[in-house]
Amino acid sequence: MIDLAEKSTGVAAVEIRGVHKLYGSLHVLHEMDLVVAPGEVVCLIGPSGSGKSTLLRCINNLEKIQAGVIKVFGELIGYRRAGERLIETTKRETCRARQHVGMVFQQFNLFSHLTALQNLIEAPTRVQRLPREKATEYAKELLGKVGLADKHASYPAQLSGGQQQRVAIARALCMRPKLMLFDEPTSALDPELVGEVLDVLRDLANNEMTMMVVTHEIGFARQVADTVVFMDEGRIVEQGPAAQVLDSPRHERTKRFLERVS
Amino acid sequence: MTVISDAMTARDKNDIPSRIVPRSKYGTWIAGALVVLFVFLALRSAFANDNFAWPAFGRYLFSESILLGLVRTIELALIAMALSILAGMALAMMRQSSNRVLNAVAGTYIWLFRAVPLLVLLLLLYNLAALYPEISLSVPFGPILFTMETNTVITVAGAAIIGLALHESAYCAEIFRAGLVSVDHGQREAAEALGMSSWLMTRRIVLPQAMRAIVPPLTNQFVSVVKTTSIVSVISMPELLYSAQIIYARTYETIPLLLVVTFWYLVLTAVLTVAQHYVEKRFNRGRAGLSDYTARKLSRLTLEAGK
Repeated sequence: MIDLAEKSTGVAAVEIRGVHKLYGSLHVLHEMDLVVAPGEVVCLIGPSGSGKSTLLRCINNLEKIQAGVIKVFGELIGYRRAGERLIETTKRETCRARQHVGMVFQQFNLFSHLTALQNLIEAPTRVQRLPREKATEYAKELLGKVGLADKHASYPAQLSGGQQQRVAIARALCMRPKLMLFDEPTSALDPELVGEVLDVLRDLANNEMTMMVVTHEIGFARQVADTVVFMDEGRIVEQGPAAQVLDSPRHERTKRFLERVS
Repeated sequence: MTVISDAMTARDKNDIPSRIVPRSKYGTWIAGALVVLFVFLALRSAFANDNFAWPAFGRYLFSESILLGLVRTIELALIAMALSILAGMALAMMRQSSNRVLNAVAGTYIWLFRAVPLLVLLLLLYNLAALYPEISLSVPFGPILFTMETNTVITVAGAAIIGLALHESAYCAEIFRAGLVSVDHGQREAAEALGMSSWLMTRRIVLPQAMRAIVPPLTNQFVSVVKTTSIVSVISMPELLYSAQIIYARTYETIPLLLVVTFWYLVLTAVLTVAQHYVEKRFNRGRAGLSDYTARKLSRLTLEAGK
């Protein structure tokens, strides 16, 4: 196993301070504060509509924020600071800044006209301008790691949901990210296919990858997460070590949610 | 097994029918026979009727002026289509733009050129000199760079090409827009999350997938353009139809010459239909003509068979 994560000292992997997000007049995130240390695995849990996915999408600037600040390894994504203000950067600069944040979606979103291998090398060769041979070599290594070495020539439509999601994870890893964001990675899968994807996540966690996972798999969170964050109605209700939040929650709302899902 | 066969022997064997007879299809047979009869009668009338003048048809089929007209028709269709595709693509992207002005301009263009009949548009362009006797290029509100007489720029061929391109690009724009809309939004998000710029995303991810939805109606549009070129005969552009008209105005062999024209349009359309098949195959990579569902089912079946 090679070490995928880049170790850095002192700087937080993710720093979220006073973030608010509004869709028109709909206030979906209130006063978010969250710090993720390098190598930490954070699971975000909570009822649907609580803002977990939105928070994740704000981190790599797929969604804009209306107040506050988000830093990834000390850097802003999509904004630059000018005194008291955050100014939106050009699209080109935003693209460059989010290269090192990998994202995995609920619906996999593999490029359906490209094979598994082509899906992996598309961004490294076109965005990072890596030579084709080098990208291919690393892509094949990653496909091997997620157990799909023999599937490199398959199109997404020829793969099962679990296989597609594993390719999607490998595709994100191929950009050598420092941070991985998972947006309900197993929610669109048949129950029998959930395990193979969670195995890959577990493997990544063991390799010190910094990860933020929105999930409904409480068992997985208990096993793998360092920190569990429980969100409801756009607010962080409580956060803390996984065992503490999941086994002896402080808030009534958390207790009720956990009783219903487990 | 044994339980069932025991039960069978116990029952009366005569209870099991000896044969299963498919439903009779007399109606289908009669309808088919009638159609064949009508086709035969129509063909016989065509060949027995001297007015069709088949020898004249043979004489003009490969005559020089007809073939020249055919080449002009092909050139006209190709140039008009190429311009329409470029303009259509640009218009479709303008329609998708968040810039209200670009959006409105594209919308108005599409509305205008779909609304004006091609025949009217061609006559207007042909007579543009009456409106603007001179065309000049100048710096806006500044000095004039050069001036030309309208009739030297808008020749017959020029008017034909511009007219066709203006008209068809409006339709192409809608075809492209439908294609762009058909690509799942998740594909754009995934590309964005990988740090791809808008241009890279459009070129490498969105367009190749949109082409699946674009190619069939676009080829259809091309077939339509090939035939629509015949309309430019009204402004005396010597394409296939007008070339034939010139001949029969002199010889009065109207029917055989129109049949020659019909024959060549049929050939052009047939060639395009074959080409369409290959182009569609090229852009269907990743689904091989199957729906996602069928493709996945099939690959799973082959997997299981391989075990």
